[in-house]
Amino acid sequence: MSINVNIREEFKPEGLEGAGFFATSLDKVVGLARANSLWPLPFATSCCGIEFMATMASHYDLARFGSERLSFSPRQADLLMVMGTISKKMGPILRQVYEQMAEPKWVLSMGACASTGGIFDTYSVLQGIDRIIPVDVYIPGCPPRPEQVLDGILKIQELARNEGVQRRKSPEYKAMLDQYGLQ
Amino acid sequence: MHQSHPQTTNAAVQQLHDSVLAFLQENVPGAVISSHIDYDFPLFILEKSHTIDALAALKSAQSMEFSFLTTMCGIHYPENKGAEFALMYQLHNMPLNKRIRIKTFMASNDLTMPTVTHIWRASNWMEREAFDFYGFRFSGHPDLRRILNMDEMTYHPLRKEYPLEDAGRHDKEDKYFGR
Repeated sequence: MSINVNIREEFKPEGLEGAGFFATSLDKVVGLARANSLWPLPFATSCCGIEFMATMASHYDLARFGSERLSFSPRQADLLMVMGTISKKMGPILRQVYEQMAEPKWVLSMGACASTGGIFDTYSVLQGIDRIIPVDVYIPGCPPRPEQVLDGILKIQELARNEGVQRRKSPEYKAMLDQYGLQ
Repeated sequence: MHQSHPQTTNAAVQQLHDSVLAFLQENVPGAVISSHIDYDFPLFILEKSHTIDALAALKSAQSMEFSFLTTMCGIHYPENKGAEFALMYQLHNMPLNKRIRIKTFMASNDLTMPTVTHIWRASNWMEREAFDFYGFRFSGHPDLRRILNMDEMTYHPLRKEYPLEDAGRHDKEDKYFGR
């Protein structure tokens, strides 16, 4: 098995190149740096978490994409990966974890339960984490395969690479947070 | 309301049933309403006001020694008018490996029951669960809060009095799933 991902060529930003130098905009440099060094915080509550463990292990090897360093402290994490059923009672805890993360931060919702409540259409289960925190990428599946998780991470990388350094200070971003009652 | 259950032929279970029944009739007169053997389990239906005395006696008496509360839970029988709710206690005699089950019925407007936390401390969380899911009030319980559901919940979700699904829902119709 070999997956050839030539990040260097594919994502090389526009710029001026000469002998020993390459000049481009700050936005693009920051985007490249952020996208290729995401520190994920795994918030794993059920079977999706098991698929994520496979994704982290040698066979699928998430480390190839610059995410080998899992952060178990929200304060150092860039990417909140919510994997599994979130009960209503756990909702405030998930929200607190999200609030503790420093900007810039992204959220990936893995699997049917985290995204919509899944088969647990019942009084005790949160019907999708986007009811309490904003979500950047949803991965469908029950549970999704590791390939889908990798695809989701690549989608997050694409967002990180292209968002620019001003987005988190924009009124639109603030308005989006206001919708969730976040600051 | 009790359907005919398969009767066991196990003599040891029958003997256990008979000895516990005799003990209760002698030591807590008027407590036993009925009793039978339910899937190899002696089951005693007790008068609500005598239940705590009977449980305490079953634990402390040398001849009984049901020192371990395996489990307890609430049950809702909505069709059983006048005694819609029941509490079930399952006791275990550890030295002799004997198990019995106790049930007591009560009406939906009278869900107050004395706690058994002073008899078996293990009942603390079990009573909180019965309160959480059915709304039993255990008088004398040291900390009667919800245990599994969120504190903001305003109802007791395992009562059989709610529709399985909101009849006004349209988000799960077949047409959205290509069926």
